[in-house]
Amino acid sequence: MASYVVRRVLSIALVLVLISLIVFVAIHVLPGSAATLILGEYATPESLRVLEREMGLDRPFAVQYAAWMGGVVTGDWGYSLAMKQPVTAIVGLRLRNSALLAGFALLAVVLIAIPLGTLAALRRGRWLDLAILTGSYIGISVPEFVTGMVLILVLAGPSLHLFPTGDYAPLAAGLRTWLSHLVLPAMTLTLVLLAHVVRQTRSGLVEVLQSAYVRTARLKGATERRVVVRHALRNGLLPAVTVIALDLGYLMGGIVVVEEVFAYPGMGRLILYAIQNRDVPLLQVSILIVAATYTFANFAADLAYAWLDPRIRYR
Amino acid sequence: MTALARANPPLTIGILILGCVLTFAVLAPLVAPYGVAEQNILDRLQRPGAKHLLGTDQYGRDLLTRTLFGGRTALLLGLGAVALGLLLGVPIGLASGYAGGRTDEVIMRVVDAFLSFPALLLALMIVTALGASTMHALLAIGLANAPGIARIVRSQTLAVKHEEFVLAARAQGDAHPYIMFGEILPNLLPPIVIEATIRVGFAILASASLSFLGLGVQPPTADWGLMIREARQHIFLSPWPLLCPGLALALTIVGFNLFGDGVRDRLAGRA
Repeated sequence: MASYVVRRVLSIALVLVLISLIVFVAIHVLPGSAATLILGEYATPESLRVLEREMGLDRPFAVQYAAWMGGVVTGDWGYSLAMKQPVTAIVGLRLRNSALLAGFALLAVVLIAIPLGTLAALRRGRWLDLAILTGSYIGISVPEFVTGMVLILVLAGPSLHLFPTGDYAPLAAGLRTWLSHLVLPAMTLTLVLLAHVVRQTRSGLVEVLQSAYVRTARLKGATERRVVVRHALRNGLLPAVTVIALDLGYLMGGIVVVEEVFAYPGMGRLILYAIQNRDVPLLQVSILIVAATYTFANFAADLAYAWLDPRIRYR
Repeated sequence: MTALARANPPLTIGILILGCVLTFAVLAPLVAPYGVAEQNILDRLQRPGAKHLLGTDQYGRDLLTRTLFGGRTALLLGLGAVALGLLLGVPIGLASGYAGGRTDEVIMRVVDAFLSFPALLLALMIVTALGASTMHALLAIGLANAPGIARIVRSQTLAVKHEEFVLAARAQGDAHPYIMFGEILPNLLPPIVIEATIRVGFAILASASLSFLGLGVQPPTADWGLMIREARQHIFLSPWPLLCPGLALALTIVGFNLFGDGVRDRLAGRA
């Protein structure tokens, strides 16, 4: 296991360096330099040159990248042009808010999807299975901004008004208020992810339930409960672990949309804010953080997978 | 058709849904009761009725008309982006898998780095650099699709490249590009078709998301994501400007997903 972890850590370090390069290149070298982004398309060539010099944009690309990356590593994340604050001061709270939202959604997904997928697999071909499958199909196909706005329409409208339509309340405002602001955005993310994980749990379990060792366990006279929980789920859940990891990437794209729908102050809205205000330093670091988080989450999932299934480590 | 319906229900339902979507999108200028950008300020946010079958939006534009025209934008973006993704991803994956060794290693690490961006984030970054427009959204989603396609094509190439017909072609001294595109590629078509059909639904979803965020299709073009963005402020006054494009979007994506799953079952059964 140790050598497997070392190998994975090395390849992740490499991927992280490449990611930082992509982020830097995408925003610096593509048409429209950072200075043009700030001054707008109608800026005079002289004012562009002055700003480029001020920002160090006239230096060679490698020097600029090294300076930026050095800053990122040592904790100097630059200065947000639109918010007039150091990026470090802005990012912390948003990151926590997004993590909270994603955490709630993931927890709900795991708690609901695995029992539901198991149920569908055990009732394969019956109406309950068909209902769960149909539901998950719709869940995959409806975009999160539609789900979110329909939830607002139904649950936050003037007639029911069970939850606020958006925004965020600090924990200091009371547990109920704090939670009530989280329910709808978390529910939106959950509904989309639920579909993926239910389908994967079901198909993983269906496969395992037909295997020889499950038949052996049944023939041995083990109770159905024991066969499912002790024998089948252990192997059947492996694909679900991968899908949850893949869904993290989806979750991070989805979170941009969901935070916008509910005006929730997290990383997603921060990225949109940075885009709308042409705030290059803020944008680079925000995107880098999200991509790095995703890479680490995938790493964690790989470790979980290798721990659950020893065959993988020796490949 | 009934035989197909029994053998492969997802494919049948998918074909039916997509047939309707395609027909309405193509015929939109003929069947739409009003002009796409025709405003009628006295008829703002109307409920469905005799004059406007699905109601109107906040500028008094006919929702049926705009939903029909929105299908054209969605199909253009979905199919166009996947075509672009194939155009870039297939040669990269093919070359990487065929070359093998260090070249393969380097290309795949770069592909991995691109894959470690959530797809929507990658598209957002590209649109930021280029500016928001329909064509840039197409470009961004196409580029965001390419690494995933390259990975699939590469793994399929690895599976085929040691087959005898490839060895025979090499033995008789065929040029590498001919072996890649003339010998290997035709054998990879089934998995590529499966991958592409499944990606169209996601590409439509992604482009609608970009438009919803204001970073894709720009007004006054009719696009489902943009229509939903514009419906936001008025949903409690009238839910129709949200529900019409929302339903059309969901139905189209369901159609592509069913079609993709159906095609996969059919092609996998043959292989």
